[in-house]
Amino acid sequence: MDSMRKWGLGAALAAVGVLSVASIAFAQNEKPPAPQPATASQKAEEENPEPPRQSWSFAGPLGVFDQGQLQRGYKVYREVCSNCHSMQMLSFRNLADPGGPHFSEAQVKALAASFQIKDGPNDAGEMFDRPGRPSDKFPWNFANAQAARAALGGALPPDMSVLAKARTYERGVPWFIFDIFTQYQEEGVDYISALLNGYTQTPAGVTLAPGQYYNVYFPGHKIGMPPPLSDGQVAYTDGAPATVQQYSRDVSAFLMWAAEPKFEERKALGLRVMIFLVVFAVLLYFTKRRIWARVHEDAHA
Amino acid sequence: MSSNATYIPKSALGRWFESRLPVMGLIHSSFIDYPTPRNLNYWWTFGGILSFMLGAQILTGIVLAMHYTPETSLAFGSIEHIMRDVNYGWLIRFLHSNGASMFFIAVYIHIFRGMYYGSYKSPREVLWILGVIILLLMMATAFMGYVLPWGQMSFWGAKVITSLFGAIPAIGQAITTWLWGGYSVDDPTLNRFFSLHYLLPFMIAGVVVLHVWALHVVGQNNPTGIEVKNIDKDTVRFTPYATAKDAVGLACFLIFYMWFVFYIPDFLGHADNYVEANPLQTPPHIVPEWYFLPFYAILRAIPSKLLGVVALFGSIAVLAFLPWLDTSLVRSGRFRPVFRVFFWVFVAVAVGLGYLGSKPPEGGYVIAARLLTVYYFAHFFIILPIVGWLETPLPIPASIAEAVLPQGGSAATIGGRAAAEPSTKG
Ligand code: HEC
Ligand code: HEM
Repeated sequence: MDSMRKWGLGAALAAVGVLSVASIAFAQNEKPPAPQPATASQKAEEENPEPPRQSWSFAGPLGVFDQGQLQRGYKVYREVCSNCHSMQMLSFRNLADPGGPHFSEAQVKALAASFQIKDGPNDAGEMFDRPGRPSDKFPWNFANAQAARAALGGALPPDMSVLAKARTYERGVPWFIFDIFTQYQEEGVDYISALLNGYTQTPAGVTLAPGQYYNVYFPGHKIGMPPPLSDGQVAYTDGAPATVQQYSRDVSAFLMWAAEPKFEERKALGLRVMIFLVVFAVLLYFTKRRIWARVHEDAHA
Repeated sequence: MSSNATYIPKSALGRWFESRLPVMGLIHSSFIDYPTPRNLNYWWTFGGILSFMLGAQILTGIVLAMHYTPETSLAFGSIEHIMRDVNYGWLIRFLHSNGASMFFIAVYIHIFRGMYYGSYKSPREVLWILGVIILLLMMATAFMGYVLPWGQMSFWGAKVITSLFGAIPAIGQAITTWLWGGYSVDDPTLNRFFSLHYLLPFMIAGVVVLHVWALHVVGQNNPTGIEVKNIDKDTVRFTPYATAKDAVGLACFLIFYMWFVFYIPDFLGHADNYVEANPLQTPPHIVPEWYFLPFYAILRAIPSKLLGVVALFGSIAVLAFLPWLDTSLVRSGRFRPVFRVFFWVFVAVAVGLGYLGSKPPEGGYVIAARLLTVYYFAHFFIILPIVGWLETPLPIPASIAEAVLPQGGSAATIGGRAAAEPSTKG
């Protein structure tokens, strides 16, 4: 035991020794690191506050969407965001899916019909407009990305289909490890709803190009999206407050669903699988103990 | 291995077939009758877990390939089609994408297990080297698989890593162009990556067969590192003993795996990969998947691109030389008090490199990565040879049975094994 401790100390000292020799060798050599496209000091301008962490009905192992919230969120999306943003991977029929806004078939049919969809060519070889059907994808307000840029001062609004999963913020050590256990997976929605509330006065010393706005949560702070929401802009019929804060929560939740329409199905199946596996593992463990008991009995014979 | 003489099929048809192709006897002798050291702990269940994961990746991969489109303008959308419209497509995809990570968690544990208990030492060198080949193939497979969803990280990761070949003097640029099938990462690149991503797992399966074959020739190592001396006292039959223990290990591993699949399926990925690839817009941070981070840190730690690439490949290749770099005659770290300390320092260094690989290559991160890179190689080239010469090992028991049984190995025969030749080396 004693010699072990001595050796352990020796080993630790040797490790320190190797490290310090290495550090001296490298101190001579302070050239910039291997050329990677990963740019260096974006950090200074990216000093962003952490988006406030909100509580969502869909967080955690038993999380489910608040259907009313998704319906309101869709309304905000449709009346505001869809003026600029596309959502190309969703069809009107998805709005009737269980685990989503769950509008009735009739509502979805009427809703789809209120859009004009380009179709064709017809027998005469011409493109034509017709009322939408539930199987149609959400149409985009712009013919193409160039048209959107031209109309919006050069900035391109990203497609919203998976936007809630495509945005995050850095959690850092040790929080990212705790997130495994707490199942914190709502960085994207927390960020989006913070962003929508994040327009402030431009601080002194910051100059914005035309078409740029100051947003504390946007990386680099200069965003090409004008503040999209204002109080009272969207009429809610279910009594929820018509405030920017409420709108941004609702539309963020809607974006989460849009990014993964099978979200509720995933968590529901997950619970059943976990229960099965835990029971199965315990049974296997006791079976294994029974089997190995023979070996251990022999050992004591 | 004992011959399959002990196995006689029960049915007449079975006996007829067995005398023409003794495949059932092979299975019987490999996975039922096979003698396993009686003292294997749960770190030994990861071999079975890895076999399971390979099968799972192949199965889920084949289903994904039925719905996936390897074309740059369609690939990203086809993944979302799988997520949204294919029956249980979201499940298959999350099983596959998280399965890759689980595969690497299991293989890294498996490798560290081997390093701690000296499983690479004579007579298991070939077995060990086959394992290093599997690791390389896994890395190639996972790298190409990550390109398939054609997100921002897919594209830029592929670009950074394939560009590394450009560091080779004279012919580097030509090699890169050849790999890409053009002058940038584009449609031909995606197509060949898909083709190879489908092929390599089957090559892995082939090497796994060799790996298991080599294992069954030399026998399993065990936590004491002492060879099996008396097959009746030192071993138990594979089935039911090892099978039952492997099943418990696998079930626990599945709980861990399913936690990720069902509750935090995007935790191990990058948000940027939900943005479709855009060759004109470089993401601020290009970071590979977590399982490549230690090697990525080594690559970036070296100021010269060419030497960085050499160090990157060297850091994996060095594992193959482990049997000759470790000079100690004692196998198991259990009886090597000095080695044991260095082992854990090495684990910490590997984890530290992983952390640094995720950080931007600037300031203190670069200096730390350089120190740890030097230590990484020093562990193999300086520490292991020297410790092996200087260390005084602890007293080693005469046999496995003596090490684990209270009365020094006077145990009765276990599990009613039919008499079989001890084929493992004494
Ligand atoms: C007037 C057009 C317009 C409207 C309306 C609009 N956006 Fe945007 N949005 C943009 C543009 C342009 C960008 C790109 C900004 C940039 O890259 O600088 C953008 C970017 C975004 C981003 C991405 C920010 C990032 O981190 O890259 C989010 C999230 C977003 N919008 C959410 C919304 C939501 C939610 C709504 C509806 C409430 C909405 N937008 C309405 C034009 C608009
Ligand atoms: C050694 C086993 C394998 C490993 C380690 C592996 C790894 C990966 C990884 C990391 C991805 C990217 C996942 C993502 O982010 O979406 C992927 C995708 C994919 N893999 Fe594999 N894979 C393996 C076997 C296979 C096999 C055998 C097939 C086909 C027969 C296959 C087909 C696919 C397809 C079609 C995709 C694209 C779909 C997707 O990205 O989800 N894989 N693989």
